[in-house]
Amino acid sequence: MALQDSGALEAAGLPARRLEADSRRYGEKAIKVFLTLCAVLSVITTTAIVVSLLGPAIGFFREVPLTEFFGSTQWFPSQAFFGVLPLVVGTLNVVLWSMVFAIPIGLGAAIYLSEYAPRRVRKVVKPMLEVLAGIPTVAIGFFGFYFLIPLLRDIWPGRFLGGPPGAFMAGAAALCVGLMIVPIITSISEDAMSSVPAGLREGAYALGASKMRVALRVVVPAALSGIVASVVLGISRAIGETMIVLMVAGNRPNISMNPVEIVQAMTSYIGVTATGDIATGTVEYQTIFAVGVLLFAMTLVMNLISIRFVRRFREVYE
Amino acid sequence: MSTDLNRTSGRVKFAAGGARSATLASLERQPGGQVLRNRLFLGLLVIAVSIAMVGLAAILIDAFIKGQGRLSFDLLTKSTSANAERAGFREAIVGTAYLMGLVVLMTVPVGVSAAIYLEEYARRDRWWNRLIELNIQNLAAVPAIIYGILGLAFIARGPIGIGTVLFAGAITLTLLVLPTVIIASREAVRAVPPSIREGSLALGATQWQTIWRQVLPAATPGILTGVILAVSRALGEAAPLLLLGASTFVTFLPNLFEGGFTALPVLIYNYARRAQEGMPEVAAAGIIIMLAVLLLMNSFAIWLRNRFEQKW
Repeated sequence: MALQDSGALEAAGLPARRLEADSRRYGEKAIKVFLTLCAVLSVITTTAIVVSLLGPAIGFFREVPLTEFFGSTQWFPSQAFFGVLPLVVGTLNVVLWSMVFAIPIGLGAAIYLSEYAPRRVRKVVKPMLEVLAGIPTVAIGFFGFYFLIPLLRDIWPGRFLGGPPGAFMAGAAALCVGLMIVPIITSISEDAMSSVPAGLREGAYALGASKMRVALRVVVPAALSGIVASVVLGISRAIGETMIVLMVAGNRPNISMNPVEIVQAMTSYIGVTATGDIATGTVEYQTIFAVGVLLFAMTLVMNLISIRFVRRFREVYE
Repeated sequence: MSTDLNRTSGRVKFAAGGARSATLASLERQPGGQVLRNRLFLGLLVIAVSIAMVGLAAILIDAFIKGQGRLSFDLLTKSTSANAERAGFREAIVGTAYLMGLVVLMTVPVGVSAAIYLEEYARRDRWWNRLIELNIQNLAAVPAIIYGILGLAFIARGPIGIGTVLFAGAITLTLLVLPTVIIASREAVRAVPPSIREGSLALGATQWQTIWRQVLPAATPGILTGVILAVSRALGEAAPLLLLGASTFVTFLPNLFEGGFTALPVLIYNYARRAQEGMPEVAAAGIIIMLAVLLLMNSFAIWLRNRFEQKW
C-alpha cells in the first residue's frame, strides 16, 4: 500500500511533490521493524528446526555410515543395528492403506458437495466436516485401539485373508489416519472444484453431456491441480501423524506392507524413544534426530509439491 | 386491435411452450444405460460422504459410550493416578489451561504482526518476502513431532535450555500454531477492501494509523476465528509434548519454570495405554472432557464468524 513515487508526475512536467510527511516518523519505522521481525521469526523457526535436527544427526552419521542407515534391513538401536528401512516401510504401509481409503472417499465427498449437494445439505455437511477435522488424534487413536481393532478381529474373514489381526494392526491405524485425512482432501478439493467457472459446466451441458460426464470430464480435470495438492498434503499429514500410529499400529520394526501386521512408523519410533529413559549424547539418543531429519525431508518435499499445485489452481481461476 | 394482439401473444406463448416441452422431452431421452450409470455414480458419491460422516461420528459416539459411566465432577478434581478408581485429570486440566493461556498470549501479537507485515508492508517482488511466505506455508504442514524435537533440542535443552518445563511446552506449541494463525490473519486482513485504506490515507492518516484504526478493527472477527481454531489445535496436540517429558505421571500442579507438567491429551494417551481394568474408561471420559472444550471453542468461533461477518 506504499504511496507511489513522484516519478510519473515529474515525467508529466508537473512539479514533484513528496507525499511523505515532513517529520521523520520514527514511530512508524520502529513499528515496521517490529512487524518485520515477527515475520522473520518464521524463518528463524525453520532454521532452528534444521539446526536442532542436523546437529545430533551429524553426530549420529559419524558413528553410523550412511550405507548402513539406508542399506541395512535391521533396526535395533539398542543392539547397534541401524538400518532405517523397517521404519520407512512401516510409515509407507500406513500411508499407502490410509490413502487407498481416504482418496476415493475424500474425492467422492468433494464431488458430491461441489456438484450434486443441495445448498441445505452443503451448508450442514461442510462445516461439520471442518469441525470433525479438528478431532484430536489421541481420540482417533483411542477409537482405533479400543473399537476398530476388536471389531476387525470379530468380523475377520480368516479364510481369505490369512490369520486374524493381533492386538495391534497397521491396517486399523491406516483406517484411522484415513478418517483424519478425509476432511483435508474434501475441503481443499471442494474449494478447487467450486472455483471452476460455471461457464465450463454450462458449455458441456449445452453439448448434451450428462451430469456425471460434466463432473468427471470437465470439473475434475479443471480442478486437477487443487485435487493433487489436497492429496499430497494428505500424504504429508499421514507421514507425520504420530499419536494414531503410536497407539494403533504397534511398535515393532517390520518390513511388511501387509495391513494385518504390526509395524513401527518413523514417528512412533521417535515418540516411544523420546519418552523412554535414554541418556543425552548416546548414539541411541541421536537416532531420534537421524530419523527426524528423514521425516522432515520427506514431508518437506510433499509440502513443496502441494504448495506448488495450490498456487497453480489459484492462479488459473482467481 | 388490442384483442388481436392478445390473441397473437397467446398463440406465441402456446407455441413456445410446445417447443419447450418437445425440446426438454428430447433432451431427457438419454440412452437407458447412461441414466443407470448416472444414478450409480450419484449413489457412490453419497456413500462416500456417508462413510466419512459415519466414521467421524463413530469416534465421538464410541468415546461417549465408553466414558459416560466415569464422567463426573470428581474427575476434574482428582489427581493423576495409576489406580483407575482414584484417577482424575486435575493436573492435566490445569496444565492445559496454562498452556492455552500462554499460547494465546504469545501467538496473537506475533502472528497478527507477521500477517500485517506480509499483507500491508511486504513487496511481493522482493525475494525475501516470497521466501518468508513459502516458509510459512511449509511450516504449517511440518509434523507436530518435529516441533517436539525442536522443543527438546533447542528450547528445553540446547541454546535456550530452560528444561522440560511447562513454559518450554508453551513455546513449542506457539511455534506449532503460529503459521496457522498467520495464514488465517492474512486472509482476514486481505478481506478488508482497499478503499477503506485509501480513504483513511486520503484524510491524512499515516500508514500505521490506517492499519491500527481502520484495517485491524475490521479484520478482528476473522483474526479471532483463526486464533480460536489454532488454539483448539494446540489443545489436542499430544505428540510434541511427549518429547518434552509431559508423559510422566505428575501429581502436583504445574509451575511455569520448574518441575514437570502434563496436559490433557498426553494424560489421556497415558491412561489409554494402561491395561488395568477401568483405565480405558477413564481415558474415554477424558476424551469427552477434551471434546466438550473443543466443541465449545469451535462453536464460539463459528458464532463469531457469523455474528461479525461483514460484506463490503
